[in-house]
Amino acid sequence: MKFLPLIWHNLMRRKIRTIFTLLSILVAFVLYGYLAALSAGFSAGVDVADADRLVLIHKVSLIQLLPISYGPRIAQTEGVVDVCHFTFFGGIYQKKQSNFFMQMPVVPECLFKLYPEFVLPDAQKKAWLADRTGAIVGRATANRFGWKVDDRVPLQATIWQQRDRQTTWTFTIDGIYDGAKKGVDTTQFFFHYDYFDEARWFGQGMVGWYVIRVDHPERAADVAKRLDAMFANSPEETKTTAEKAFAQAFLNQIGDIGLIIRSILAVVFFVLLFVAGNTMAQSVRERTNELAVLKTLGFTNPGVLALVLAESCCLAVVGGGLGLALVTLLTRAGDPTGGLIPGFILRARDVLVGVGLTLALGIVAGVFPALRATRLRIADALRRS
Amino acid sequence: MADALVQVTDLHKVFRRGSERIDVLQGTNLGIPKGDFVALMGPSGSGKTTLLNLIGGLDRPTRGSIAVGGKRIDKLSGGQLAKWRARHIGFVFQLYNLLPVLTAVGNVELPLLLTGLGRGERKRHVATALAIVGLTDRAKHYPRQLSGGQEQRVGIARAIVTDPTLLLCDEPTGDLDRKSGDEIMALLVTLNQQHGKTIIMVTHDPRAAARARRVLYLDKGVLTTEATV
Repeated sequence: MKFLPLIWHNLMRRKIRTIFTLLSILVAFVLYGYLAALSAGFSAGVDVADADRLVLIHKVSLIQLLPISYGPRIAQTEGVVDVCHFTFFGGIYQKKQSNFFMQMPVVPECLFKLYPEFVLPDAQKKAWLADRTGAIVGRATANRFGWKVDDRVPLQATIWQQRDRQTTWTFTIDGIYDGAKKGVDTTQFFFHYDYFDEARWFGQGMVGWYVIRVDHPERAADVAKRLDAMFANSPEETKTTAEKAFAQAFLNQIGDIGLIIRSILAVVFFVLLFVAGNTMAQSVRERTNELAVLKTLGFTNPGVLALVLAESCCLAVVGGGLGLALVTLLTRAGDPTGGLIPGFILRARDVLVGVGLTLALGIVAGVFPALRATRLRIADALRRS
Repeated sequence: MADALVQVTDLHKVFRRGSERIDVLQGTNLGIPKGDFVALMGPSGSGKTTLLNLIGGLDRPTRGSIAVGGKRIDKLSGGQLAKWRARHIGFVFQLYNLLPVLTAVGNVELPLLLTGLGRGERKRHVATALAIVGLTDRAKHYPRQLSGGQEQRVGIARAIVTDPTLLLCDEPTGDLDRKSGDEIMALLVTLNQQHGKTIIMVTHDPRAAARARRVLYLDKGVLTTEATV
């Protein structure tokens, strides 16, 4: 602690340079935090996916529809506990493309059985079950648009027109659900499949995909195989995968998010290493004489090494700490898309990794200048000055 | 000299510049008793600063021995030498060599950071050292806010704050005007006579050397004459 004033005054010797270096570190750590939150957001669906849930889609693609008659056949398959179908609605709120969020017609009772992580007050659940044109919405989307229970919400259909060729579907918000645990997607909007199927212009009796719960996770692969075999050689062949794998595959359509993020961060930190390292190297070069004086006064080589490393670490920790604090505040304000990435949160483990990165940055950036300082021969350095 | 505080025996120092060999010290013998004030004079390149650096443990001899207070410092490792310097040696430089980012207090406190003293004790020691050099009223000033003479006083306060065995001064008046130089010399004389500090001073200035008890002349690495003032 007694060396802290010396360390701080040395850092503040070239204020502008130190401030710019601090800002570079701060910006890099804000970027790190943002990308870490983005990564968490993208992988949230994968993380919360249950091992005992399977997703059955059309063998060609997720876009192709499947007959609703598959439901009972799936339910009768040995090992299947629950089965529920979903269909992509693709509506837009207030005719703005940026207002997109996931909407799906479902069988309500089935949804709650299959997804106990969606928490809805009993009264709201009852109200929704009794209301054919009712819907429930996740907290994130409700907050995003300021929706309350009993609000009437018009959605502009991009795929499903009504029988009278109307494209506007109006729903009553009967409930707002929350996630039972962190990372549960609360951006989704569910409404009654019966109402949807009756009211739509085409596609009656067809659904988008099935989500299936099996009795034992270890039987999931076997059940998936049997399901696909059952529908083999039919007009709508199927492809069944674990929900986690499905979520991951869905994510991989965008690209390997983790790899992209790691690559960006690697480049950023590599550049940052040069910025911080250069600052420390310059600082040590400028102080050759002063370091020689310190050694003359009795500072040992390990002492000088520690002093220079402490300066470097101080720079990295202050810049990185401020960056992490700032990005924590920024991510608390919600995801930058306004709700498309519900799991956009800076996880504690990412903060800890960030703290570790600040220290690593400080040590790596400072170690070479520090070693140079220890190698300084006092008599030579004083003679040069 | 049996009871010498500093005993230099057959000291050689060779520098090499490429293939060139430079014999800076060639078998120097010297004894300095406790409480002495010695001025080392000689032309540039005669080995004065080299001898001072060797006695202060800043450099290592090629051959020969140096004992300070009976301890062979030429046998100490780098780390041991650093700790020994912190405890026993006070250095005063020609260009003061103060840290510009620290105030007078901060500069004088530097050597005390290596001791186990608490903050309060360090503060008291710094105040005493600054009072001795007459700079109590400039304690919070940065080096850039001080005159050359005042900076050198801070340098002297830094050198004496740990109450070292030996004070080594490398041309302490070399960068000062005559008046300031005289004041610094008066201060060194006070430290020698009233505080009993043993001082070895390298100087080119005969006026400064005249204030010492003894003057030694070095020429081409050989101690030639000795004069008692």
